[in-house]
Amino acid sequence: MRTFPIGGIHPADNKEWSKDKAIEQLELPNEVRIPVVQHIGAPANPIVAKGDKVLTGQLICEAVGFVSANIHSPISGIVTAVDSLPNGQGQRQNMIVIKREGDEWIEGVDLTPKLKRECNLSSSEIIAKIKSAGIVGLGGAQFPTHVKLSIPEGQRAEILIINGVECEPYLTSDYRNMIERGEMLLTGVEILMRAIGVERAVIGVENNKPDAIAHLNTIIARDNYRGIEVMPLKLRYPQGGEKQLIAAVTGREVPPPPALPISVGAVVCNVSSAIAVYEAVQKNKPLVERVVTITGKHLQSTHNYMVRFGTPTSTLLELAGGLPEGDVKILNGGPMMGRSIVDITAPIIKGCSGITVLSGAEAARGKEGACIKCAKCVAACPMGLEPYLISKLARLQKWDMAEEHNTIDCIECGCCSYTCPSNLPLLDYIRIGKQTVMTNIRARAAANNNKK
Amino acid sequence: MNTLVLTVLTLGVLGILLAVILYFVAQKFHVEEDPRIDEVEKMLPGANCGGCGFAGCRAMSEALVTRDNIASLFCPVAGGETMKSIAGYLGKVAPDKEPMVATMRCGGSCDKRPKVNHYDGALNCAVVNTFYVGESACAFGCIGYGDCVSACKFGALHINPETGLVEVDADKCTACGACVKACPKGLFELRKKWPKNRAIYVACRSKNRGAVVMKACKAGCIGCGKCEKVCPFGAISIENNLAYIDHKKCKLCRKCVNECPTGAIKIVNMEPLPKEPKVAPTAKSESKAEETK
Repeated sequence: MRTFPIGGIHPADNKEWSKDKAIEQLELPNEVRIPVVQHIGAPANPIVAKGDKVLTGQLICEAVGFVSANIHSPISGIVTAVDSLPNGQGQRQNMIVIKREGDEWIEGVDLTPKLKRECNLSSSEIIAKIKSAGIVGLGGAQFPTHVKLSIPEGQRAEILIINGVECEPYLTSDYRNMIERGEMLLTGVEILMRAIGVERAVIGVENNKPDAIAHLNTIIARDNYRGIEVMPLKLRYPQGGEKQLIAAVTGREVPPPPALPISVGAVVCNVSSAIAVYEAVQKNKPLVERVVTITGKHLQSTHNYMVRFGTPTSTLLELAGGLPEGDVKILNGGPMMGRSIVDITAPIIKGCSGITVLSGAEAARGKEGACIKCAKCVAACPMGLEPYLISKLARLQKWDMAEEHNTIDCIECGCCSYTCPSNLPLLDYIRIGKQTVMTNIRARAAANNNKK
Repeated sequence: MNTLVLTVLTLGVLGILLAVILYFVAQKFHVEEDPRIDEVEKMLPGANCGGCGFAGCRAMSEALVTRDNIASLFCPVAGGETMKSIAGYLGKVAPDKEPMVATMRCGGSCDKRPKVNHYDGALNCAVVNTFYVGESACAFGCIGYGDCVSACKFGALHINPETGLVEVDADKCTACGACVKACPKGLFELRKKWPKNRAIYVACRSKNRGAVVMKACKAGCIGCGKCEKVCPFGAISIENNLAYIDHKKCKLCRKCVNECPTGAIKIVNMEPLPKEPKVAPTAKSESKAEETK
């Protein structure tokens, strides 16, 4: 069975808490907050003002530039404010607040559950539809999908890889999507193949989800989905990383930045995104909701909810029986890459695949010791970096040396911190190094441009 | 015995020979350097802090000697007197600069700005800043892990364990600006240094609206504008819900201090005006972060 060649770890996957919970439709929230940034790239420009009446699925923020994404109203109602409000990290962001009145959709959206398989649109029409629906990578990175699908001139896609790995512990939203919405997923994959003009698609699924693999294989055989293959992958974190998945499936290595996956002929897309693509292209439904897992060992109940964007995190926590006693850590995402949430009034956004609640004891970091040069982090790093060294360089603010040691290749998977026997906060410092080195590189490029 | 004599002779002759070669090489490749550069370097404090903008004191003294106009060059560590004597030595016009002092503009001590979460990561302000706003609800306030303290080469900064805030020792501060660069929240400013280390400044950087500020911190500036109205010198401006006292215009008249409803305007080494004794006198030399009520 295949997997990526270097590094990686085996954290306890903890999927059993929520993997058998069917997707439930969450009651529509009475008020939503929609941040204007829910993607990588330029913030979208709000085109509604206080007092405007909006329908579900109506465009409320327009993409600015190519790497940006539209944002649509997830409920129908009245815009009560366009204001800067705290996000999960307590930072203030420009958000649109909408108070709900009923649930009236815009015209032209097909809300029936019937599968619509045939698609005769051209590649550019499909990409235009995906762009207007505001679809971004729902695995967490929130990279606008239409940008990925627009293949630069002179390059050619050979394979479409669908990311059904979900290597992050605890989270089960992609798994539930594969189990319950398999037909939609496979139709979405067909559409994506058409959009980038490839004959072959591989759905990578880790072997801790045998029923998802079997289920998808059954549908493929039954409904004759040509060119789509489900590839079981050996369980290993961070297999869901774009470069790791490409390496696992094709055996090709993506060169360091600024090279993109397309340079080895691969386009990668998450399963939830593929379903969103199906809904956008075949049903004209913009991206207004997603499956969010709410999970944790100490919660009274765990769920997989279909959640409209902008729903407060606190709503999900209440439905899971409230926060457990004592100290807790609430994560947007899973325990490896999730960001902790300090303000539970913050909205669920496009990239939020789950809310994980850990107890204080589970989340506590051990006492920091000294680096014993055991090189466990080097063995664990899936990018082949030297985390102990980069971390130290960033701590000492030796930015030039950090750049020489390829700090910007880091994918922030957290394997180094996880594996460190001295509990060093390796990734914390590497992240600073990465940010600073990126800033320096951009400043240098800008200076060079000015000279010319 | 023979070996010993031979060794001494060989090495001695070799030494003399090489010395002669080196002498001629030194003559041939002699670099003509202004001897004044060495002199000026001796006059500079030798801290090599980079506060002047040059790589070190040597680079600064080269610039001082070679440039015709040195009005833009200033060593914050040495101060005005030394700069004047250097200018006198070089026969140039000394830069006219007032002494400055670093000022930490956050008054959100532990009791005024309660912690709302617990942080467990690397104890470094820049790291905290990449994660989230910090342990209090204020996105602009001091994080308190001391990036500035480790950046300061003169030991002028320390964290007061009672308030959790950074305090500046004005006597040690050389206004090199390292802390200004180190603080991820941009809390430091180089302000005019008054005699006896007196100072008045707004100890808050929160650009949030008043209601939001009050929720997060009892010592924050709510942008009410009372101080702006009362200032007779037009030194105070309000921008983005935040008052700012221009240290070039401020005359330390202290009228604004009693007006401030939250005590965000800090007064250092001075008694407040007697009219409304809202603000208790602060006595210690570095009492900027000390609580006033």
